[in-house]
Amino acid sequence: MLEISRITKIFNAGTVNEKVALNDLSLTIHDGDFITVIGGNGAGKSTLLNSIAGTFPVDAGNIRIDDSDITRLPEYKRAKFIGRVFQDPMTGTAGDMWIEENMALALRRGKRRGLGWAITSKDRALFKEMLKELNLGLEDRLSTKVGLLSGGQRQAITLLMATLQKPKLLLLDEHTAALDPKTAAKVLELTETIIREHALTALMVTHNMKDAIRLGNRLIMMADGKIIFDVSGEEKKKLTVNDLLEKFEEASHGGFANDRMILG
Amino acid sequence: MGLLNALPGAAAQGIIWGIMAIGVYITYKILDLADLTVDGSICTGMAVCTMMIVSGHHVWFAMLAALLAGMAAGLLTGIFHTLMGIPAILAGILTQLILWSVNLKILGKANQALPARNYGVLVTSLRKEEAIFVLILFAVVIIALLYWFFGTEFGASVRATGCNAKMSVAQGINTQFNKVFGFILSNGIVALAGALLAQYSGKADINDGRGAIVIGLAAVIIGEALISRLSQNFILRLFGVILGGVIYYLVYQTVIFFGLDTDLLKMLSALVVAVFLAIPYWKKHFFSKTKLPKAGEEKQDA
Repeated sequence: MLEISRITKIFNAGTVNEKVALNDLSLTIHDGDFITVIGGNGAGKSTLLNSIAGTFPVDAGNIRIDDSDITRLPEYKRAKFIGRVFQDPMTGTAGDMWIEENMALALRRGKRRGLGWAITSKDRALFKEMLKELNLGLEDRLSTKVGLLSGGQRQAITLLMATLQKPKLLLLDEHTAALDPKTAAKVLELTETIIREHALTALMVTHNMKDAIRLGNRLIMMADGKIIFDVSGEEKKKLTVNDLLEKFEEASHGGFANDRMILG
Repeated sequence: MGLLNALPGAAAQGIIWGIMAIGVYITYKILDLADLTVDGSICTGMAVCTMMIVSGHHVWFAMLAALLAGMAAGLLTGIFHTLMGIPAILAGILTQLILWSVNLKILGKANQALPARNYGVLVTSLRKEEAIFVLILFAVVIIALLYWFFGTEFGASVRATGCNAKMSVAQGINTQFNKVFGFILSNGIVALAGALLAQYSGKADINDGRGAIVIGLAAVIIGEALISRLSQNFILRLFGVILGGVIYYLVYQTVIFFGLDTDLLKMLSALVVAVFLAIPYWKKHFFSKTKLPKAGEEKQDA
């Protein structure tokens, strides 16, 4: 269980560019929750994910995982609990390293990295098996540099890497937004499969409202650094895109016209 | 004949600079950091080794001390960069300046002779063939150790840090620590090369090592140009760097032999390195490989 209580994050405090990205936000994520996160630009979705991951410290509030306070834990230590896939396919993998090297790095997430070989033949067998399930023909290209792969292939590998060590929480920050529609659909399908098979707890930011409704068991909508709508279970299943648009309209008092362009 | 006679000496010095360049390779190529500490730490290695041997210590002990001194220099740069947030280039320059004072204190004066006739040294320009043999052994051992290290879990995490820091952090890698470690490892090797250089040339001078980073970069660039097209193998690339050092020094000796004003050598080295550093940039900006159809030309496969 992840408990976020009353976190605030202000960028450029005290300047004309001051931006309250998260405003006294609280959220409890239960084990097994698959939450989709929607909201307009600047609503604080990415800031929320980055605060959980520890990319920067929050200005107030605290974050707990299973009753241990991780608010002050550095980002690399939180990685023990958290798997991440980023929007930019280049971010999640080391392009100059081989597929198997990338996966081996992920296999040791949260563990001590000693002077044993980085990749054992047992690891290789495991990677091969996992890649086979992707059906992208990558299982025979273990020693190909990840930089030579397409964006979709890189995201698929990043997804595998995020889940090689089962994370307590999987953070997906618009991880299909940079892909073409066909590839995006594939990666999304893979995401769904992986989350279901491993019974993962996940937080997925998306700009696609249909996906937000279709996927997961819970949906939250953000505006101005707050959660303005939190719905789960049967109630979520009944949602329509129009419902969400109305909610947006209520929340964004006039700024909606701009958002509609993006959200349509 | 004079040129031919100069070749073994050039080769020996080239291997020493090649070993130093391996240190540069670790920061510049693997960690993607420009570390200017080397101009100081190579001289630290020379000074420590020289003074230890002159004061009666065994050569191996002196070299160990030089290695540790270089590692300490790297640690300082690493602390400047990670704990104090100073950009790597500036952090290196600061350490370099600090080392100028430190090196003077170690030497006690501007230079100190280390005549091979009076002391037991591993390599000396008095016995060039033997020196080349010993230096090649050194290079082989260092490359073998690095190959092993960068194949380990920890070593792979250091490579990942240089390749993609954001991804590394997301995989639980302490990138700050790894960078500091890289600085330490790199400058340790550089100082070890300095220790060899002092023994080989029979002296340590406070001005030795100035411009070492340029020689190191030259060796790395020449090595990459020779090897990277042929193979991505890490061992071969490191040997390429050694070879780069040797080629650099052979060319250096040759231009001196043909009467080039030695005052200009550093300037010319720097300009050559500048051009080589520019090549990838030029390739990217002026020689795009993507061929667009010219105006008026129909696309055939439309």
